[in-house]
This record gives sequence, C-alpha cells and structure tokens, in this order.
Amino acid sequence: MQNNDKNKKSVRLNILKDRIFFITIIGLSLITVVPLILILFYITKNGILFVSLDLFTKLPKATGELGGGIFNAIVGSLIIVSISAVIAIPVGILSGIYLSENQESRLGQFARVAVDVLQGVPSIILGIIAYVWIVLPSGGFSAISGSVALAMMMLPLIIKNTEETLKLIPYSVKEAAYSLGVPYYKVVLRVVLPAGLSGILTGVLVGIARIMGETAPLLFTSFGNPYTELNPFKPMETIPHIIFTYATSPYTDWQNIAWGASFILVAFVLFLNLIAKVVASKWKVKF
Amino acid sequence: MEGKVLNPILNVEDLCVYYGDQKALNNITMNFYENTVHAIMGPSGCGKSTLIRCFNRMHELTPNSKVEGKILLNGEDLLLIDPILVRRRIGMVFQRPNPFPTMTIYDNVIAGYKLNGIHLKKADADRIVEISLTKSALWGEVKDKLNKRGTFLSGGQQQRLCIARALAMDPDVLLLDEPTSALDPKATSHIEELIVELKNTVAIILVTHNIAQAGRVSEYTAFMYLGDLIEYGTTEKLFTVPQDKRTEEYLSGKFG
Repeated sequence: MQNNDKNKKSVRLNILKDRIFFITIIGLSLITVVPLILILFYITKNGILFVSLDLFTKLPKATGELGGGIFNAIVGSLIIVSISAVIAIPVGILSGIYLSENQESRLGQFARVAVDVLQGVPSIILGIIAYVWIVLPSGGFSAISGSVALAMMMLPLIIKNTEETLKLIPYSVKEAAYSLGVPYYKVVLRVVLPAGLSGILTGVLVGIARIMGETAPLLFTSFGNPYTELNPFKPMETIPHIIFTYATSPYTDWQNIAWGASFILVAFVLFLNLIAKVVASKWKVKF
Repeated sequence: MEGKVLNPILNVEDLCVYYGDQKALNNITMNFYENTVHAIMGPSGCGKSTLIRCFNRMHELTPNSKVEGKILLNGEDLLLIDPILVRRRIGMVFQRPNPFPTMTIYDNVIAGYKLNGIHLKKADADRIVEISLTKSALWGEVKDKLNKRGTFLSGGQQQRLCIARALAMDPDVLLLDEPTSALDPKATSHIEELIVELKNTVAIILVTHNIAQAGRVSEYTAFMYLGDLIEYGTTEKLFTVPQDKRTEEYLSGKFG
C-alpha cells in the first residue's frame, strides 16, 4: 500500500517536471523571436516615414541642403552584389558538387574543413584580404574589390547548401541514369543538379541576403561615392555604407535618410529570405 | 519448350569478380538465351546481384572492383566495349523504382535518349513512348497524364515505368535486379505477368530471392551460393530433380 503511494507520488512529480520542461522550451523559443520582432518594429516605425520616391531616385545632397536620396547607393549595392554572385555561384556550386560526389577523398575532407573555416572568418578580415589583394596593387578603392570580399562571404553558404542538398538525392536515381549509358558528367549536370535545384537556389538567395547588408569589408574596398558610379573599377556607394556614414553624422536630415535606407535594406533582405522559403518548398523534388 | 532451338545471346566464361582482396564470384560459366526468362536465385550475399551488374558493367561503379574472364554479348566481349555502349544494349531495372524525379512520365520513358543527347523527332518520340509503355503494360493507365511527374505514380506503376524506360532503348537483354522486392503482392503479380510477356521482345535475366517467383516466371534457373554457381538448368528440372544437395536444401527452405 505504502509502495503504491510512493509510485503515485513519483508519477505526479514526473508529470510536473514534464510541464516545467515544456513551458521552459516554449518560453525560450518565444524569447528568440522577440528581438527580431522588435528590430522589425523599430526599423519600420522610424524608417517608413522617410521612404519616399525621392529616396529611391535622387542623389544625396551636399551637407546642409535638405532632401536627397540614395539612388547611387541602391545602384552600387546591386552592382557589387551581382558581381559577387557571378563570382561565387559557379565556384560554389561546382565545389558543392565535388564535395557531395567525393565525400571520402582527401581533397574533399580538406576542402570541407576549409569551407567551415572560411565561414567563420570575420567579414572585416575578408575586407582586409581584398584590400591587400586588389586595392593596394590596383592603386585605389574599387567596387570589384568589394565584390571579391563579399563573394568570399557568400561562397561557404552556397557550397554547404549545394553539398547538403545533393547528398539527399538517393543513389538509386544516379544508378538509373548510369544504367541507361549516360556518361558521368551528364549524370551530374542533367540528373543530379536539376533534382537539387531548389536547395541550391535557396543557398544562393540566402547568400545574397547575407551579403546585401554587409558593411565592414566594404569600408576599405568599395569605399563610397557621392555620385552614381557604374564602372566597377571605381569606388561605389552601397546601402550599408551610406547608412553607416549618415547614421553617424550630426545632421538630423541625414540620420532620417539612414533610417529610410535601413528600412529598404531590411525589407529587401526579408523579401529575399521569404522567396528562398517559397522556392525551397514549392520546387522541392519528391523522390 | 522442348524442341525449340534456343540461340545464345550472352555467354559468360570463367567470370571472377573481386572487391578489393575479397573474391565475390568464383569462375562462373553459363549461357543465356534469346526470348527466354532466366532466374538467378540464392541467399543474400551469394553474388547474384554482382553477377548481373557485371553484364552491364555497373559493377565498375563500386570502388576497387576487378573482373577476370569473358562475357560475350552476341559473340563480342562486352568487358572490352565502352561501358556506356554496353549499357545502351543491356537495360537494367533495380530493386526500388527509381524514375527521374524531375521528369514527366513521357520524358522518363525517353530519358535514355534525352540524357544522352540523342535527338528524336516528335513523332518518333511519341511512337517510342507509346510502344514502350504498351510493352510494360502501363499505357492504359497513364496515357492521359503523360505530362505528370513520374514520381506521382504508385510503386508498382513506377516500376513498370522504369521497365518502359529500359525497353525504350530497345536493348538485347533486360536485367531485373529483384524488381518486386519493394512492391506489394498485387503489383508483384502484375510485374510477373509482364516479365512472361516481355520475353518475346527481349532476353530477360531476373535476380530474385523469391523461390516461388523463379518457379512462376522463368524457363531457366540458376542457383548460386557463396559466389559459386551451384546449379543451372531448366527451371522444371532444377525444381523437380535438383542435382546438388545445397539446391535441394535451399528449395525446401532449410537456409536462405
């Protein structure tokens, strides 16, 4: 009888522990969402008032004059990020294919560690590397040096995503292609790659979103430019850089433009991430 | 069966296969015939899959594999031909249905042409798709949804789609590696009926661990054990008067 009571007690205690554990998990998960909501709320509240047509279409005004926009920075960011993507996408996808196809090889294992390390390198260091590699030898700041720094940031994301996606493709699908007399390169390009397309694209989109707002490596590479510059070998303005300069300036008008620019940037990054989610679920290949 | 003259299509002579230091097949010598269903049975690990994977050089995808001996396809040693050409003449269907997940049913059937960059005229492609799907007894079920993904079909239908895909290349020999092991009984009997019908077009070599299946569909049966070909002959003879004690034990369910 006494034994039975003891059992009941321990069961009740376990149920209680279970509840506490469950509530803790939910509570902590909610806490992780709070900062994001606060950031979005704050940026929207402060920024949306200053988003106007002028912001998108006008150039910055000289110090002291009111108004102006960030047209040069929007164009610059798009150009720099596009060049980064052109560099990082082919290299990243091909490396990802190599890693998924040669998981045991020594080069594969070495490359995998290298990718992990590259992912952990602080972005400012990548900026310094681009500065030493390109800015110093070429004798001046340039958009292309910024693109190289950002491409190095984007690479690990694309490589990892490609590798992980391709690893999920069952071997039997490749076997089917081999059994039809399809040579290896075509098996990879026409069977494996299309089957992993959604995952690879997701990696690319997340990569672009990641580097879009990166500022540190651009400080001593693409630098900044008060005018619209289309030549990638010249210094260029970017959205994160203009936010940096304007937000730290003493002029209220500039600070307001920085808020507007922040809102545009966050909205764009959010949009890219949403597209990535849609691509990942809509284009998912069923095996 | 008696009195019918059988033309050999595939002759295996003294075939040995090694994986690294391990010998997987010991001196296999046997013939396969046109318009005939051959079954190869035996317990897991006896080398039956290894054997047929040699016939279309799929064994080469396994690292460290080595082959000695000859495999003659219509008199020509296929171990000396480019594996890509061999695989277009000897089709294969696998344990699990594996249609190409990104392709429609239509494209799956002509995948062997598409992936190899062989251009087909629309009319020819249409004809090959219809004939192949008819041969694999799937045409009636899918003719109105040829533009749907192959992976939307049921398991048994997918396997018949894979058979159609192999048949579309008009192979001399069709290798079936336990094609029903992932299917339910109804789909299995569908595939078995199909196998019997297909022998009119193509020589069939069926690997199975299902003794009853070998008995139902094949005219010739081989029994393999631990890398050796223990016994090979007409299915009738092998099942009724097995020569080797191990065959008899396997058939009576003592092992395997």
